[in-house]
Amino acid sequence: MTKLNAIMTQADPPADPSVDVPEQIQGFFGEHRPDLVRFASIQLRDPAMAEDVVQETLIAVLKGHNAFANRSSVKTWVFSILKRKVIDALRLRQREVPISQLGSGDEETEGHNDLFDRRGFWANEHKPHRWANPDDSLEQKQFWRVFELCLDHLPERTSRVFMMREFLELETDEICQELAITTSNCWVILHRARMSLRLCLDETWFTR
Amino acid sequence: MNCKEATHLMSEDLDRPLRWHEQVALRFHLMMCSGCRNFRTQIGFLRAAIRLRSGGD
Repeated sequence: MTKLNAIMTQADPPADPSVDVPEQIQGFFGEHRPDLVRFASIQLRDPAMAEDVVQETLIAVLKGHNAFANRSSVKTWVFSILKRKVIDALRLRQREVPISQLGSGDEETEGHNDLFDRRGFWANEHKPHRWANPDDSLEQKQFWRVFELCLDHLPERTSRVFMMREFLELETDEICQELAITTSNCWVILHRARMSLRLCLDETWFTR
Repeated sequence: MNCKEATHLMSEDLDRPLRWHEQVALRFHLMMCSGCRNFRTQIGFLRAAIRLRSGGD
């Protein structure tokens, strides 16, 4: 923690002395660190790398806390920095293991054909039914565990594209450029990811 | 339009603006298909759930 102390002591005092920003930040990290690590880990699929990214985020947040003056909330701000750090880590990995090397997508061939009949309409047993109180699920820890398990089941290539789109909120064009795949391929992959994730949650959580 | 095509459009609707004729065809399909209406609500829920988890307030 000496590194942190050094940053803490050299940091300028916050503009408003009644709000000790570094303390707020420390408090936030103390409370939410596991969430932040999980957020990074599920995208990087590498717990050690996720820890590093969260640590870098904490340092960046403490260094830049003066810029935090009128931000909406510590949480939003921390996540915006964490997302940037995750993008950097993904870029690094993309250089090491280009997405084109992650298999030709054999594992993700249109695996949802059995949901539809020959004419392309929902097969009776697969027709989506209404989910009961999905918003209440959001409050339950167990739901998030299931959600993460479902995400883990996505093939790596599919997962990478989906995470960039939904977790990092990048536009499809940016993702295509970043991963050197075509836009229409991107849309197909995202469609598959949503199909899989919806089906997995449907079967494992919103049981009929 | 069948359900399979509709799921593609509903997904793409989250990633790009749909063209006018796509919107019309999709809306027409949804009027008649409760399975696809549920599908649309549910993939919207997926997005909302993730945003909630990733720092959205």
